[in-house]
Amino acid sequence: MTLTLDAPRIVTVDPLLELHGVNKSYGPVVALRNVHATVFPGEVLGIVGESGSGKSTLLRMMNLEETPDSGSYTLDLPDVDGNLFELDRFARRMLCATRIGIVYQNPHLGLLMKHSSSGNVAERLLVAGERRFAVLREKATDALAASEFPLERLDAPPIELSGGMQQRVQLAKAIALEPALLLLDEPTTGLDVSVQALVLDTLKRLQQDRKITMVIVSHDLGVIRTLADRVMVMRRGEVVEAGLADQIFQDPQHAYTQQLVHAKL
Amino acid sequence: MTPVLDIRGLTKGFTMHHLGQGFAAFDDISFAVAAGEFVLLKGANGAGKSTLLRTLYRSYLPQAGQVLFQSDHGLIDLARAADVDITHLRRTEIGFVTQFLVARPRVSAEALVAEPLRVAGVPAEEALVEARHWLRTFGVKENLWPAYPTTFSGGEQQKVNLARALIRPQKLLLLDEPTASLDANARAALVQRLADLKAQGTAMIGVFHHPGDVEHLIDRVVDLSPNAPATEDRHDVVV
Ligand SMILES: Nc1ncnc2c1ncn2[C@@H]1O[C@H](COP(=O)(O)OP(=O)(O)OP(=O)(O)O)[C@@H](O)[C@H]1O
Ligand SMILES: Nc1ncnc2c1ncn2[C@@H]1O[C@H](COP(=O)(O)OP(=O)(O)OP(=O)(O)O)[C@@H](O)[C@H]1O
Ligand SMILES: [Mg+2]
Ligand SMILES: [Mg+2]
Repeated sequence: MTLTLDAPRIVTVDPLLELHGVNKSYGPVVALRNVHATVFPGEVLGIVGESGSGKSTLLRMMNLEETPDSGSYTLDLPDVDGNLFELDRFARRMLCATRIGIVYQNPHLGLLMKHSSSGNVAERLLVAGERRFAVLREKATDALAASEFPLERLDAPPIELSGGMQQRVQLAKAIALEPALLLLDEPTTGLDVSVQALVLDTLKRLQQDRKITMVIVSHDLGVIRTLADRVMVMRRGEVVEAGLADQIFQDPQHAYTQQLVHAKL
Repeated sequence: MTPVLDIRGLTKGFTMHHLGQGFAAFDDISFAVAAGEFVLLKGANGAGKSTLLRTLYRSYLPQAGQVLFQSDHGLIDLARAADVDITHLRRTEIGFVTQFLVARPRVSAEALVAEPLRVAGVPAEEALVEARHWLRTFGVKENLWPAYPTTFSGGEQQKVNLARALIRPQKLLLLDEPTASLDANARAALVQRLADLKAQGTAMIGVFHHPGDVEHLIDRVVDLSPNAPATEDRHDVVV
């Protein structure tokens, strides 16, 4: 039994992201059960939990790719109001393209594998209405450079690139429009350890230089420990525990979190 | 004068679900620390010294009690403060020094040390100059400053860690055996830095393996041994 925490008193800005009472079932499978989440501007929220616990589903909701059975979602941004789950398809697509960036574990989900890498990034800018060729090229190159993508490979299609490079193209696409929110679903899984470290380092740099608000899902607790300010632990579609990253790792309260943390030590 | 930190009835235990049991680390602890005061924690191995420091820093969640901190934003109870408020206070007013460096791949020693200043908004060049000053002070060889500390020796990493933890004066500083395994020069530099911070008004609570190093700084001792008297004044203490 621990104390109930107070509402923030020093940090008085509104959260950037708020999810309330989100429920989602696929037939008999309950993927999300009454999920609440809050992320403050500039914060990095880590999400951990067993396979099938609803982490990717939650991220897809945040990216407005799917709507839940019930619940609300707000982003505190200029010209963005109300429950975003109630927006029509067009408005949702526009908002997601211009204000939210996402990196999937599987690059096939985020990239056109046979188009050039710079073209993949430029496509995001096109969706947002940019039509000037020179600007497209320049902005795409900037985003790829910020993701530490080797610029001599700008025209190579992702299918010819290594896994780590593909993740950098996804990341460049995600940050090209300077999104308010960056979502990362297992961005380093499947990469070999040294490449993982490089991608992780790039993310850390982006976080520090651009103060980007991030939500990152990973099975790798080392990744979460390195990046996250706060951690949310999910199991069977529910949030079982949330807290400061060091507290979740050093003094986990819930039986499931204790098992998860101790299994990885 | 209002204390910087006023700990009242603080209680911490651990529940180990896989064992189906819990135990108390400490129970009903109360003491206060004023600006510029240095409190030494003592007690045998396992008495709960590290646990108390981590609970004050909120790496551990207490079960009961209050930790009233006089922040720049007014009085706030660290036992119950929202996570975002704790994160903010850690960046601005509360420091924690341990023996261990958390190195990151591809981040140089000087960048790691400069980071707390950068986060506080100090320009890059100025932060770097200050970082180098502290690396030199703690005896890190100059050729190591731009290198990645992941490959440094234990002692070198510890010096980088001290430079990083102490570069920015804090209102409250928690110290968990920062001198363990340091060479004599680095120990002397650390003690000098602590004396300066104390003179500037930093309140400190610390555990020291060899309290003799900091003897002249100690104002009060809090003994966490079971059945120990609550707190002792400086003149009662044999360190
Ligand atoms: N489109 C869908 N149709 C049917 N079931 C789905 C769909 N998407 C997710 N699910 C189910 O919802 C549950 C949560 O899946 P989700 O992918 O969110 O888990 P996860 O926490 O990301 O797991 P992992 O760690 O394995 O990636 C699972 O049981 C999954 O099979
Ligand atoms: N995260 C934790 N989970 C479970 N038990 C813990 C945890 N941290 C500390 N303990 C237990 O709490 C008790 C107090 O430990 P603590 O590390 O605070 O002692 P200490 O006084 O610092 O000892 P030492 O002088 O050896 O450093 C010990 O029994 C320890 O095993
Ligand atoms: Mg998933
Ligand atoms: Mg200890």
